[in-house]
Amino acid sequence: MSAAAATARRWGALPGVATVYRWELFKLRHQKRTYLGLGASILVPVLFVIAVHLRRSHEHGGGFAFSDYVDKSGLAIPLVILLFGAIWLFPLIAALVAGDIFASEDHNGTLKTVLTRSLERWQLFAGKTLAAGTYAITAILLCGTVGVVAGSIQSGFNPLQSLSGTIVSAPRATELVYFSLLIYLIPITAIVCIGLLLSTVTHNSAAAVVGTLMASLVFQLLGILPGLGSLQPYLLSTQFNAWQGLLRTPIDWTPIIRAIWICAIYGFTSLFCAFLVFLRRDVAGG
Amino acid sequence: MTGVADAPPIEVRGLVKRYGQLTAVAGVDLTVGAGDVYGYLGPNGAGKTTSLRMMLGLIRPTEGTVRLFGRDPMESVRALDGVAGFVEAPTFYPYLSARRNLELLAAFDGRGAPARIDRALDTVELQDRAGDKVGGYSHGMRQRLGIAAALLRDPKLMLLDEPATGLDPAGMRDMRLLVKRLAEDGMTVLLSSHLLGEVEELCNRVAIVRSGAIVYEGEIAALRRSRPPAGTFYRLHTTDDERAMAVCSAPHGITDVRLARGHVEFTADEQAVALLSQALVESGVLISELAPQTVTLEDLFFSLTEGDGQLGTAATPSPGELVGPE
Repeated sequence: MSAAAATARRWGALPGVATVYRWELFKLRHQKRTYLGLGASILVPVLFVIAVHLRRSHEHGGGFAFSDYVDKSGLAIPLVILLFGAIWLFPLIAALVAGDIFASEDHNGTLKTVLTRSLERWQLFAGKTLAAGTYAITAILLCGTVGVVAGSIQSGFNPLQSLSGTIVSAPRATELVYFSLLIYLIPITAIVCIGLLLSTVTHNSAAAVVGTLMASLVFQLLGILPGLGSLQPYLLSTQFNAWQGLLRTPIDWTPIIRAIWICAIYGFTSLFCAFLVFLRRDVAGG
Repeated sequence: MTGVADAPPIEVRGLVKRYGQLTAVAGVDLTVGAGDVYGYLGPNGAGKTTSLRMMLGLIRPTEGTVRLFGRDPMESVRALDGVAGFVEAPTFYPYLSARRNLELLAAFDGRGAPARIDRALDTVELQDRAGDKVGGYSHGMRQRLGIAAALLRDPKLMLLDEPATGLDPAGMRDMRLLVKRLAEDGMTVLLSSHLLGEVEELCNRVAIVRSGAIVYEGEIAALRRSRPPAGTFYRLHTTDDERAMAVCSAPHGITDVRLARGHVEFTADEQAVALLSQALVESGVLISELAPQTVTLEDLFFSLTEGDGQLGTAATPSPGELVGPE
């Protein structure tokens, strides 16, 4: 047997991060909170489209980006939802799983069960982190997709006017919507990391979920407080608007690049702290 | 990571765990040999579970070392190869079925564990309920599922933390039979318990822990020998215990006289007891019961875990058997 085959066989026999990831996704599929979050991701765009449909014809606009276009192009609808979802909806959806994924194991006492199997702690941490990230990505993409479909049914699959005033064809606008969703995932990932940190530190699911949401709200509060304007470009809440750079002609990469490195600082710091806490902590409860 | 050849299944030296000012485990030394069914006995809060958690690598010792087959569980989870068990109640994902829970744990074990699921379920007699969600399981079923989960690892050493606690009498009997069967198959078992009958029935060696420190380690038979032979320890019920105490304390060849809960206890030989009964009657104290007491593990346990932690003046344990708290 070659060394490679022996290695492959050994890897096949021993559990690893992929095993944890696969089973974490399986567990998520059997938990109500997963469906609560994914349900909200579906319901919110549907409710928004119903609200647009029921809106009286003379009520136009709202003074925010794309608010005047929700009647003209369904592709504006997911973008408006992204705009408002940043306040609490998407941080809450992301926190529902990220804040719970370690804390619930602590609460149920199952952490000690899995830590006495053949997995190193870092493998468990990595698998769970990937699962929380996967859920958040799924939720955002699901929300965006439902927004595109429901919006197109309501207002048509029409060209979209960019933030620079240029008209973008419907297929190109669809691309931009999905790229916007991807850019939106950058701050969402940072929120997930904060949720994971609170989940490992508090050992309490509710505290971690609420704490993550509160952290998100505090960033927004800091952004509107007078005298703290110089802080605004570096706040996590500001990075939720980075996707708007894609909707300009030409594309404005500055907010996107800034979002990447600022979210990386927030995210990696939180994740690294969570990792250290998880690696070194005593599993004394449960 | 490989174990050290001929290393004992468990070797603990100077194990200490402190939480701030509280010392939960205060310098535990113990060795569990291959094939032992080892009782880790102590009252609630004595530090048994904390010790087990350190043995399984769940919590980091403040001082001291744990070696499982010569390997350090804090170094790598590979030290738990061939080791299984649970601390406190075994826990599972309540929203998954027992079989799914075992499949998950088997996947986390690898190395052929998935193929052992059916056999493990058969062993603990849960095959019929394997499809039910664990959330609906009784305490006893969860305990048995805990054993099944441990068996998936094909262990040579099993650490069980109070496996019969909270079970009804039938459940306790079944659990004991199960542990006996595992021991008969050659498995080394460390069994933490505060149920003395359980330890007495199952274990060949025992460590008695008090306030985080081991006060006795060795064979149960040796522990018994450390007390005076059965028949020299008496319990006396009378109509007037105070006067009876006074009579007993007079020079009749009676020692270790003490007033217990509603009776008098003392140590004496048969001749002294005969003289005492006469003296009691002459003093107007009526005897309702005067009986020699056999020394049970319970007596020994309470001698060691209550009061000053000594076996009593009559007890003279062999050197090395009685370990004083540090």
